[in-house]
Amino acid sequence: MRFVLRRTGFFLLTLWVALTLNFVLPRLMPGNPALAIIGKFKGGISPQAVKVLEAQFGVGTHQNVLAQYFSYLGNTATFKFGVSLTTQPGASVGRIVLDAVPWTLGLVGVTTVLAFILGTGIGILAAWRRGGALDGLMPPIFVIMTVIPYFWIGLVLILVFGVKLKLLPYFFTYNFSMTPGFNLAFIGNVAEHAILPAFTLLITTIGIWILTMRNTMITTLAEDYVRMARAKGLPGHRIMLDYAARNAILPNLTGFAMSLGFVVGGAILIEEVFNYQGVGYLLLQAVGNDDYPLMQALFLLITVAVLLAILISDVATAILDPRTRGAG
Amino acid sequence: MSSGPGDGPRDGSATRLSGTVLEVRDLSVEYVMERGTVLAVDRVSFDLAAGEFLGIVGESGCGKSTLLFAVAQLLVPPAEITGGSVTFKGRNMVGLTDTELSSVRWKDLSVVMQSAMNALNPVKAIQAQFADAMRAHGVTSKTEIADRSAEVLKMVGIDPVHLKSYPHQLSGGMRQRSMIAMALLFTPDLVIMDEPTSALDVVAQRSLMVQIKELQERLGFAIIFVTHDMSLVSHFSDRLIVMYAGEVAEAGATRQVFDSPQHPYSIGLLEAFPSIRGPRVPLTGIPGSPPDLARIPPGCRFAPRCPKVMSRCTEAPPELYPVDGTLVRCFLHDGEGAGHG
Amino acid sequence: MATVQTPPGPGEAGGGTETAQAEALAPVASAGQPTGLPLGGGGGITGARSLRRMGRAITSNRKATVGTALLVLFILVGLFPGVIAHDNPQAEIYPRSLSPSTQHWLGTTSFGQDIFAQVVWGTRPVLLIAFGVGLLATVVAMMIGVAAAYLGGGWDGTLNVITDVLLVIPLFPLLIIIGSYLHGAGTAVMIAVIAATSWSYTARQLRAQALSLRNRDFLNAAKVRGERPLYIICMEIIPTMTSLLVAAFLTNALYAVLFSSSLQFIGLGDPNVTSWGTMLYWAENNEAFQTGLPLWIIVPGLCIVALGAGFALLNYAFDEIGNPALRPVRSMRRARVQRAR
Repeated sequence: MRFVLRRTGFFLLTLWVALTLNFVLPRLMPGNPALAIIGKFKGGISPQAVKVLEAQFGVGTHQNVLAQYFSYLGNTATFKFGVSLTTQPGASVGRIVLDAVPWTLGLVGVTTVLAFILGTGIGILAAWRRGGALDGLMPPIFVIMTVIPYFWIGLVLILVFGVKLKLLPYFFTYNFSMTPGFNLAFIGNVAEHAILPAFTLLITTIGIWILTMRNTMITTLAEDYVRMARAKGLPGHRIMLDYAARNAILPNLTGFAMSLGFVVGGAILIEEVFNYQGVGYLLLQAVGNDDYPLMQALFLLITVAVLLAILISDVATAILDPRTRGAG
Repeated sequence: MSSGPGDGPRDGSATRLSGTVLEVRDLSVEYVMERGTVLAVDRVSFDLAAGEFLGIVGESGCGKSTLLFAVAQLLVPPAEITGGSVTFKGRNMVGLTDTELSSVRWKDLSVVMQSAMNALNPVKAIQAQFADAMRAHGVTSKTEIADRSAEVLKMVGIDPVHLKSYPHQLSGGMRQRSMIAMALLFTPDLVIMDEPTSALDVVAQRSLMVQIKELQERLGFAIIFVTHDMSLVSHFSDRLIVMYAGEVAEAGATRQVFDSPQHPYSIGLLEAFPSIRGPRVPLTGIPGSPPDLARIPPGCRFAPRCPKVMSRCTEAPPELYPVDGTLVRCFLHDGEGAGHG
Repeated sequence: MATVQTPPGPGEAGGGTETAQAEALAPVASAGQPTGLPLGGGGGITGARSLRRMGRAITSNRKATVGTALLVLFILVGLFPGVIAHDNPQAEIYPRSLSPSTQHWLGTTSFGQDIFAQVVWGTRPVLLIAFGVGLLATVVAMMIGVAAAYLGGGWDGTLNVITDVLLVIPLFPLLIIIGSYLHGAGTAVMIAVIAATSWSYTARQLRAQALSLRNRDFLNAAKVRGERPLYIICMEIIPTMTSLLVAAFLTNALYAVLFSSSLQFIGLGDPNVTSWGTMLYWAENNEAFQTGLPLWIIVPGLCIVALGAGFALLNYAFDEIGNPALRPVRSMRRARVQRAR
């Protein structure tokens, strides 16, 4: 339990750092850029919203920096993120973000878990069956796969499947002409639109899992306890799963959480390329429009999501690895 | 119940099985690597009688651990058995697949490794690791598994409450003992031990050795015990094999090899261990280092370091010559032929 | 592991015990090193000797050779772009949207620029960023990692927390935010920003290795001689870590290429510089695919992949060299060895 507590403490610390970064960055930049933008739009925003923005960006306010800081923290704790300046002027940032979350969750969440499971499984098998041409050829292929820019492979896939072959849609989350609703036609359409982006995300992220699982597995297979399992006459699949994989997956789990940062980055780019109306797409829209309140809220959201995922994987590690549980 | 794990007389009769339990003939092991082939074990032969305690000693790199794993068919690439046979209870094990070997493994032949911390699965409790072995050999009843697990732990002096512990929660000595207990689950005919005491302090070492010897006498299994500590094993073993550079240098009854070693290497080894009693003598070591096994010199492998080297030692390699009941790989003894091995 | 985009494991990899294999292979690599080339005999291994060993390792490993070849190719192109491409990459003087021809090997953009020239001249900014960030981030990582390991205690704890926090915060969104505030700032700023946010991963690796060195004898000897900590860090520890530092450099350079191209693709790069990322930005904004200019997108992307692959392959090869177990094995011959003796 102490382990989980420690991790939660770390989680809160990181959250605080992210919040403080959000606060400090605009003030650090030459000529607080937020000033200019907010000044431009001030007319169309409600007074409460202005107050929130003041605390966040130090615009036209009478408080000193420290007071601003605490107001900002307070606002965030009560989910007051201000209003969007340009994407939907005057609309609450929270509302806009919430609309985009389900799309990203669906796309990224499902694909990442799929990539992890598939990648880990392939990695285990690859390590178990050493020898032969595949063993020597595979690592370089996967190494190269991991350096392909997410957005570029998305573009190439669009070219092949969307433009040339005209097989799959590649723009937006669903067909414009359809009205959203919980019917089969709509859901089918959504799924169709999700295929290319999901596939792109899958093939760019799966390489890492295969590689790291294979390498950890190989090191684990050389351990004495695996040799001991053989000596005991245990059947092959039991050795592979119970002795080798269960130990090899532990560093992979930690890695899974850590790599979420990269997956998130990739998701942002992929959403952009496919105009997929998720959180990443929204972030880039906000960047393009200098919509700072929206940008910052999204950054916070992404950070929190990543931290949560890390916490979950830490708990999973604690469950799977008795050594981390401390006591005794 | 006539069939179950670990059946056999526990009344102190030392031989359930009589005769030779293991015959190793001309066993050779090579490591196949990019820079060439390393001959780690070169045509080693020996017999092991039922209930016998055989010690194999030698310095690091002499091939003793490789030999051990080769006998147990536990080598991993790049190591391969490239010649010879290992006949265990009448059946040659070389070349058999893991599946074919599984009926023999653990039931008749078990293994104890050097470091229990590394040899026990860190994410499974001791109980689960015992159960694994038993279930793999057809024992399915939970009570039987639990009973036998508790029984073997008590045999080595550990409270069965520790069955629920994970390896990292036990002390070093306890871990080592649990490993030995695990090896005795089916009261095998042969237990192979690879330096099981090296990771312990001197006091724990001795107490563990005493316990091993006592278990052996009680249950009647044969032991092959590999170590670099000749003086330790010589108190307990019946026979001793001294290995050097992948070959048997000297082999014979422990008392004989220990009290009157014939091979210059064995002599050097024993002189390197100071005696706590007796006159003070200057400590002598063996100068030089073992040969590179990828490029074996012609002639006797010990010749570069031998204080009694003769000119023909570098021309042709010596065979094993019998000397008063021991076998010695040295030209000093090839003219003498009294007695058989 | 120093592999591409691989998240770090929880600290050091555990090594096995002295297995039989280690016995026979003692002169070769040391097991248990987390990454990088084997360290060999400890203190006194100067940077020069490590480099020479690395050179030999590179020529023998195919991945390393290919990786090095790619890097060398791009460096040459980056240094002498004018030799290969004679057109001004920015000049919008040609007919627009041409398909590939003998005058324009890759066609022209919708602004009338020669694509081939752009690709060739775009190499230099990418390399600048890659090497700039590689050096800067590695230096920062080295200072923080080694200081944390060497100073220990409170310093270690604080630096660790800072490193871990930075490791966990999603870097790309952070870069996007900073990039948007710094709209249009130059290459130097981009280098600084990327380096300032991406050092944490390699810092952890360097700290792990520095920790494992901390109690080695050659360092204690230096301390006893009375050398000051800064001297010990610079003249004793760091030269021993040469191979890991090179691996860290490669990792950081790789990240830099990918991060910077992505930022440029979004439009946050320096608009005055033609680089592969900015090419992709313009290409996408002008719907290159739909208007029949696929090469405008395909070629710059391929270059990113090739350059990245150069760094990544070299890095991966270092991993294999340091950990021989990862190398491809020859197919296992079933030991059907029954050579009659």
